[in-house]
Amino acid sequence: MSEDNDHHHDHDHSHLTETELRVRALESILVEKGYVDPEALNRLVDTYEKKVGPQNGAMVVARAWSNPDFLEFLRKDASGAIATLGFTGRQGEDMIVKENTPEIHNMVVCTLCSCYPWPVLGLPPVWYKSAPYRSRAVSDPRGVLDEFDVSLPSETEIRVWDSTAELRYLVLPMRPEGTEGFSEEQLAALVTRNSMIGTGLALSPEDARSQGLLS
Amino acid sequence: MNGPHDYGGLHGYGPVLQEADEPNFHADWEETVFGLTLAMGATGLWNIDASRFARESIPPAQYISSSYYQIWLEGLIKILRKHDLVSAQELAGAPPEVRVKVNRILAARDVEKVLASGGSAKRDADIQLGFAIGDRVRVLNRHPETHTRMPHYVRGHIGVIADIHGAFVFPDTNARGEGEQPGICYGIRFEATELWGEDADPHHAVYLDLWEAYLEPA
Repeated sequence: MSEDNDHHHDHDHSHLTETELRVRALESILVEKGYVDPEALNRLVDTYEKKVGPQNGAMVVARAWSNPDFLEFLRKDASGAIATLGFTGRQGEDMIVKENTPEIHNMVVCTLCSCYPWPVLGLPPVWYKSAPYRSRAVSDPRGVLDEFDVSLPSETEIRVWDSTAELRYLVLPMRPEGTEGFSEEQLAALVTRNSMIGTGLALSPEDARSQGLLS
Repeated sequence: MNGPHDYGGLHGYGPVLQEADEPNFHADWEETVFGLTLAMGATGLWNIDASRFARESIPPAQYISSSYYQIWLEGLIKILRKHDLVSAQELAGAPPEVRVKVNRILAARDVEKVLASGGSAKRDADIQLGFAIGDRVRVLNRHPETHTRMPHYVRGHIGVIADIHGAFVFPDTNARGEGEQPGICYGIRFEATELWGEDADPHHAVYLDLWEAYLEPA
């Protein structure tokens, strides 16, 4: 790998941005000093590219909708319940699940940085880390929801969880109507990433079918 | 610190822009910065709160105009330079010279295990609770120049204890290298009308998890 790097460095860099050049320089210094194993870098990235993502959280939600014992476990010990599905670790060590109801809608933000439950949702999207979301989610959640095409009755209480400490939050969206008898796999297809952040709702079976997510 | 990162309640940043089918990384260098940050964090030479402070203390104009992984990059470089693991000369092209020996290198075979086990900041500490669920508390009006998890928009405001999470590493001291000093972290409910004034939506509340050291009885 370090030979590969040296090889790359011999090429003309005129097409690279200042940031790219800085990152290349930093990487080659750290690898050359032996501080970083290049293969470890690949595996770190691969974990979130291939294994960990919102499909995990969707399985948690689908099980909670299907299995009352699991829902009870989730309420008492979210990290423990989620671990039974094999989802554990970094940025999800101490989880809390918040259930949406017809009266209460939950929505998660981190105004100070980007705290997000990695084991169940993967890495956060750019908008979640951006100034517009971080500034307005706490002060104008209905305005933000409107930008996500989510409109709630004015008497629905909106609870915004500003996760600036060490707890990480997963929203449990309401189970859509018309899903009686659905398998966990079918239910999981209705659970979008945004519905687990609180900037979306779970899809109706019709919407999921029209998007090709459900057969 | 009262830094550029403390966005809650600010105006002027415009609408939230979503990207359809967004990838995790928008360029190869973002993957590299992500990997380098986690790999160097695994050396144990500093803690995650020190990393956060390094990012927050980027000059405000630069912070606001940087992308997320540019902020990670500058934060990482700052902390690597502080620990003498990288020099400005090396970044400018001087031959690398090992000045500090690092004992813990994250090996590829350990990546999966390290990520799956994580590192909880929760501690088994026998600490007496200063507050009970239902208590009214006021967030102190303090402005530390170092890392803190007391967002500016709740300082001086009154909330109600809604949950008691137990003892967690105190980020303020941990970031300064003064030890974990675990403290009780509480879930606290603030009415939007308390935070944003009487015109705010009465059906809106904001919850924050705050350490006891940030609070006083109200």
